[in-house]
Amino acid sequence: MEVLQLVVYGIVTGSIVALGAIGVSLVFSILRFAHFAHGDVMTVGAYGALVGVTLIGVTPMVAIPVAILFAVVAVLVAEFCLYRPLRSSHPVILLISSFGYALILRSAIQLVAGPAPQVFKSGIQIPYRFGEIVIRPDHFWIVGGTILIIVALHLFLSRSKFGKAMRAMSDNMDLARISGIPAYRMILITWVIAAALAAVAGVFLGMDTRLHPVMGWRLLLPVFAAAILGGIGRPYGAIAGGFIIGISMELSTMVIDPGYKHAVAFALLVLMLIIRPTGLFRGTSL
Amino acid sequence: MELSGLFGYLVFFLSTVSIYAILALGLNVQWGLTGQINIGIAGFFAVGAYTTAILTAGPNAAHVGGFEFPFVVGAAAAIVTSGLIAVLIGMITVNLRSDYLAIATIGIAEIIRFVFQNEQWLSHGVRGISDIPRPFHDGQGSGYVFLALVLACVAVVYFLVERARLAPWGRVLRAIRDNEDATEAAGKNVRLFRLQAFVFGSAIMGFAGALYAHFIGFISPDAFEPVFATFIVWAMLIAGGSGNNKGAILGAIVVWLVWSGTETLAARLPPEYATQASAARVLLVGVLLELVLLLRPQGMLPEERPRPIARRKD
Amino acid sequence: MALLDATDVTGGYGGADILCGLNLTLSRDEVVVIVGPNGAGKSTFMKAVFGLVNVRAGSIVYDGRDITNNKPEDIVARGICYVPQERNVFPSMSVQENLEMGAFIRKDDWRPQMEKIYELFPRLAERKKQPVGQMSGGERQMVAMGRALMLEPKLLLLDEPTAGLSPKFIDETFRQVKRVNALGVGILMVEQNAKQALAIADRGYVFSSGQNRFEDTGRGMLANKEIAEMFLGG
Repeated sequence: MEVLQLVVYGIVTGSIVALGAIGVSLVFSILRFAHFAHGDVMTVGAYGALVGVTLIGVTPMVAIPVAILFAVVAVLVAEFCLYRPLRSSHPVILLISSFGYALILRSAIQLVAGPAPQVFKSGIQIPYRFGEIVIRPDHFWIVGGTILIIVALHLFLSRSKFGKAMRAMSDNMDLARISGIPAYRMILITWVIAAALAAVAGVFLGMDTRLHPVMGWRLLLPVFAAAILGGIGRPYGAIAGGFIIGISMELSTMVIDPGYKHAVAFALLVLMLIIRPTGLFRGTSL
Repeated sequence: MELSGLFGYLVFFLSTVSIYAILALGLNVQWGLTGQINIGIAGFFAVGAYTTAILTAGPNAAHVGGFEFPFVVGAAAAIVTSGLIAVLIGMITVNLRSDYLAIATIGIAEIIRFVFQNEQWLSHGVRGISDIPRPFHDGQGSGYVFLALVLACVAVVYFLVERARLAPWGRVLRAIRDNEDATEAAGKNVRLFRLQAFVFGSAIMGFAGALYAHFIGFISPDAFEPVFATFIVWAMLIAGGSGNNKGAILGAIVVWLVWSGTETLAARLPPEYATQASAARVLLVGVLLELVLLLRPQGMLPEERPRPIARRKD
Repeated sequence: MALLDATDVTGGYGGADILCGLNLTLSRDEVVVIVGPNGAGKSTFMKAVFGLVNVRAGSIVYDGRDITNNKPEDIVARGICYVPQERNVFPSMSVQENLEMGAFIRKDDWRPQMEKIYELFPRLAERKKQPVGQMSGGERQMVAMGRALMLEPKLLLLDEPTAGLSPKFIDETFRQVKRVNALGVGILMVEQNAKQALAIADRGYVFSSGQNRFEDTGRGMLANKEIAEMFLGG
């Protein structure tokens, strides 16, 4: 029974990791660099929701639009001030710049909100019991919300004109340009979607555990591992990768110290890099 | 009295800068020369520090150690262990784009920190390892002896790295960085060269870690937070000039001046703002790093040849 | 009036000039083929027409308008479409989606045009939902051409459409080019299979070292012994 309980936790963690990994994957496929500030964009989202929760007094789920607003602003500031001016440089300069921006976001949050951990809502939730499995109401919200978002993303990518254009750019940037797809507008759309997903992931992470300034940075490794596992540039792969990473991380606590959860994500990443660097779903060849 | 206090501070300042200069030189071998991104400097730094701490510190029943080996043995072991870890990571990522190396190094640094935090028997967990002796002369005036030692170490590392840069080996590394395919076509084993550079740089970082452990005399996982051990080193190298070893040293001096200068300012604030002040200082260094990337990507001392990854004309 | 009129086109990728004063005209509904040795600047010239190469001197006039150094997205909007030699499809997307991407900038209803393209390439009609990455080289070439035709261009630029195809598909590709031309689309084509290409061409040009060497009707060029020996492989 313990296994099933851990699988439940794994699905919750996996939902959060997947939402982050989709964004990393999309950004990589359109902008061609690993966005190291993505974890901290999640943190911005979580604290954005906290603003909504404390100021307006709504639940974190209702405060998600506020979270998205914060995260989108954070990302667009970086796009206009850093990433766009640096775009003609080598892509690794963008990576380093995003690493610097990660630090900027994190210290800004610490400056405003303080370094102490916070929670959206104190008090104990009454969990649901299914046999021996215990599920908190928050976990339903997290998994349900993630499923909803994945469906919406799927419809966007497979049905809408701009979603298809995004896939086209990821497939073949030059041909997309030649076909008249407006590259810059697509870049902005990519940022907004990636930031929105990161914001939701951050809110979910805050609901699952608690908020602190390094919460997103700590999750960056599993998020990248999921994106690589799924094949970078493949949003559907990132979803699968997220759940694989999340479930493996939680199941590993049966045999090893929970402190090493991240080592499990890392081990999976390393394993993938050795046997199949393009990921399970054959991502962008590097 | 005041003068001797100032003098003592200067000794402290120069010793710290020297250790950072060695880190920046190590990073310059990886990034400046070869174009590899190491976001896990803190990991190699920590491995070096803990290796020498375990080998040279006095006995403590709570964790392994008590060997009381001399400094030279500890430092040599630090170089070897950090180098070995670099071999492992390098072998996995050496064929892949540098983004993967960046991600892998983040992972390894986090795991190393977890190990030192959790494994009581090895590292005494969060309580850390204390009583790490100052080399050669431990006691009154040891600060001066240590400063002399660490300055000599900077000189030796600078000499080695500069020789490596100018040697055919360094030319191959730059060729790989600038045009990997052409270098491969010229019959060079690109992977092997890359691996060598990564291991060389990481071993230097491990050596810096050893010096740090002997300098402070006490280490705990807190000292290896990525902000202090990784991010600041990047800021130093980028500001000083990637690819230029003199620039790496100059960057260490300048960034550390800014960092400790703001510390002095922050100390004047009321204590309730202490945490905010430290966050503001990180923010400031972050903004500085971005400004350098945007306005002067070649750094204060540009590499002595056209940089291929500098900005192209728009 | 010529649909495309290029005069003294000079330029390259920033270093030495690759195009050294090239001239070419193409009338409405014409098939024009450029042949010549490797490095003659054939593909570069085509890219220059499409705004992908900087033109330092000379002019390119299309449909009475100077389009020299215009951006590719503006040139597409004017009705010129370009099919590169390589990487000319979206491999993870289906046939239908590839065609839709070709119509990205259209505001009107493009579905009738898509039906026309399926009529033109019945093989594609059978595989609408198949990812293009799983298709053969010849089929991909159809998708590439189909994508370009979605905008109902007046001029289609084809860069070596038969490169790497098996002989069976080479013949088929040329037949399709002719059929596309019959719809009223001018075609400018660079080809290695010079003889077959000239057989369907109205006129041909020989480029060499970035300069015009020769021009004639397709038939005339095939009949010219000297040209055949030097440029058409005997």
